[in-house]
Amino acid sequence: MTAPTLAVFKLASCDGCQLTLLDCEDELLAVAGKVRIAHFLEASSQVAPGPYDLTLVEGSVTTPSDLDRVREIRAQSRFLVTIGACATAGGIQALRDFADVEEFTRTVYARPDYIDTLATSTPVSAHVDVDFELRGCPIDKGRLLEVITAFLAGRKPDVPNHSVCFQCKRRGTVCVTVAHGTPCLGPVTHAGCGAICPAYGRGCYGCFGPSGSANLPALIPLLHRDGMDDRDVARFLRTFNAAAFDKEVRS
Amino acid sequence: MTHRGSRVLHVGSLSRVEGEGALHLRVKDGTVEDARLQIYEPPRFFEAFLRGRAYTEPPDITARVCGICPVAYQMSACQAIEDACGITVPPPIRNLRRLLYCGEWIESQALHIYLLHAPDFLGCDSAIGLARTHRDAVERGLRLKQTGNALLELLGGRAIHPVNVRVGGFHRAPTRSELRPLAEQLRRVADDAWETVRWVAGFDFPDAAVDADFLALAAPETYAIESGTPTVLRIDGARGGFILSSFLDHVREEQVPHSTALHSRLDGRRHLTGSLARFAISGSRLSPVALRAAREAGLGDPADGAVCRNPYRSILVRAVEVVYAIDEALRIIDAYEPPPRPYVDVPPVAGTGHGATEAPRGLLYHRYQLDGDGIVTDARPVPPTAQNQGAIEHDLLRIAQTAIVNDDAAPFPRPHGRPHLTSRGGHHARQLARRERCHDAHRRGRRPRRPVQGHRQAHGTVEGQRPARGGG
Repeated sequence: MTAPTLAVFKLASCDGCQLTLLDCEDELLAVAGKVRIAHFLEASSQVAPGPYDLTLVEGSVTTPSDLDRVREIRAQSRFLVTIGACATAGGIQALRDFADVEEFTRTVYARPDYIDTLATSTPVSAHVDVDFELRGCPIDKGRLLEVITAFLAGRKPDVPNHSVCFQCKRRGTVCVTVAHGTPCLGPVTHAGCGAICPAYGRGCYGCFGPSGSANLPALIPLLHRDGMDDRDVARFLRTFNAAAFDKEVRS
Repeated sequence: MTHRGSRVLHVGSLSRVEGEGALHLRVKDGTVEDARLQIYEPPRFFEAFLRGRAYTEPPDITARVCGICPVAYQMSACQAIEDACGITVPPPIRNLRRLLYCGEWIESQALHIYLLHAPDFLGCDSAIGLARTHRDAVERGLRLKQTGNALLELLGGRAIHPVNVRVGGFHRAPTRSELRPLAEQLRRVADDAWETVRWVAGFDFPDAAVDADFLALAAPETYAIESGTPTVLRIDGARGGFILSSFLDHVREEQVPHSTALHSRLDGRRHLTGSLARFAISGSRLSPVALRAAREAGLGDPADGAVCRNPYRSILVRAVEVVYAIDEALRIIDAYEPPPRPYVDVPPVAGTGHGATEAPRGLLYHRYQLDGDGIVTDARPVPPTAQNQGAIEHDLLRIAQTAIVNDDAAPFPRPHGRPHLTSRGGHHARQLARRERCHDAHRRGRRPRRPVQGHRQAHGTVEGQRPARGGG
């Protein structure tokens, strides 16, 4: 039996999520022994044409050509996994969705006419079917290995969608909101990072996006109580998963 | 040999680089007329959406420009905002920042040496391919990279987009006992770093010289990392500098049609930042152990002002910088006492602030304007990518030209060892040049001297741009 092929593609993003694969220093060579890396430009100049058995896509859709590319990638992929907040929620560059992208272009570029961009930054799932979404800005490497392992074993990845609060309890971290009145998005944020922010004495800033059971309307009064005004709250929710949290506010 | 007519050669997607780009060469009658590094990273508009954000947010937000050098963005952002607010952080916090930065240097330079660059010298597609023949070397690289990441994880909470950095310092400072096992790990890989120097020193380097001025930060007592004064070493050997607040008067960014990364020039001239520039400008301030490593690498004696202008040999300087970063991290840990508070308060002040630090790939400058409520009204990050692009295109043009003229018969095209998008441009330029020779040979009805190897990427994305502002 030939090894399944792995492809990694990048859209609008920072490279951090695909770097997570290279950051699996203990497992990288073992993984490379189980799959055939067919397309991973950051790591290899060997590029094989599709179809691919497992495709990881980093980044959001922000240009007309990426819109075409993402459909092409889907067509070439048996199992398509999006990795990271850009690919699953639009990323930080989705802040353009709340602004005038032409004004943004004029602000950054002297010649906006050279720039071809969409008015929105959207997740891959807005355009094509996605088999699994791995959250995080950046993704967690343990979870990435779980997704690859589960794919190789032909089972569903074991990636719970509960909140960061669960991970704080498991880690034994004292609640920063209860003990110190620190504003924290942990109660509404998807677990996966290991609850690192509260362990370092700061509130969670929601880089994994909303959890499966988020009750955001109930959290907002607590953020106000802990000293945030409406503008602070809006900024707090509009970072790396802005549209996803906005949807939770409205629900 | 002759090359008639005009042709345009493309590499559609550069591989083993950080970011996305393509390379185009225009060749007429055997002369390379133009080299263009097209960066088609889609625009992400950081400068635009940072406006209206709180002054506490740029460190976390700008980290997301570059997943490979997030600490650099966090450090330049903190420094610029603190400068706007008139705050200088005390030495213990500064040392912790430098320690965190050492973690990023170790990780990022090990990544560059072993995973992006070394495969070119040894005729492999990737580090994974390299591991089949040089398993020990790849494992050594991964151990170094892992140690850099361990430092980032302890001090920053995680390796990519650390969470522990804040304006004024850190959310939490480590204890001495937390740092102890890390020091053990660093001591263990110090030998790996030395072995890296010896390993890369044995590579075969073509002759080349960067035709550009060098720009790097310089600090009075040390090899500048987390702060310093912009210092210029011109190609004619003249040394100069300028105050940080005048950075944008000297380094001017301009847009070119073929790239979404802005190009910049230093006082109207091509310039280069990064390892070669740092080594040329601050090499004499390396620690004794790193000075020895530089001499052993064949870079000459930095204490006597050794300068290396060969871009292929930048891998040697990176290896020396890994030795240095490990040595420096151990020095900081040995002297470490936790600061009384992990951060200093930074009340917002209306004004403009400037920050610059040495990202692994070169000088990263940030400027912010704040209003009295601490809201960002203007943001200008200038990444090393943009600064280096002009110098690199010029080098690629010359490398391709030399390869065509010499009918270069190297068994495997060698890299240009360069930061970010450009890191492997020379490799691609030589590949293209070789295709041009083969094409020419075919037309004249004889077989090329060697089969065309490589160039497995899609040749495409010609004029239809896929734009953006590139990363760090």
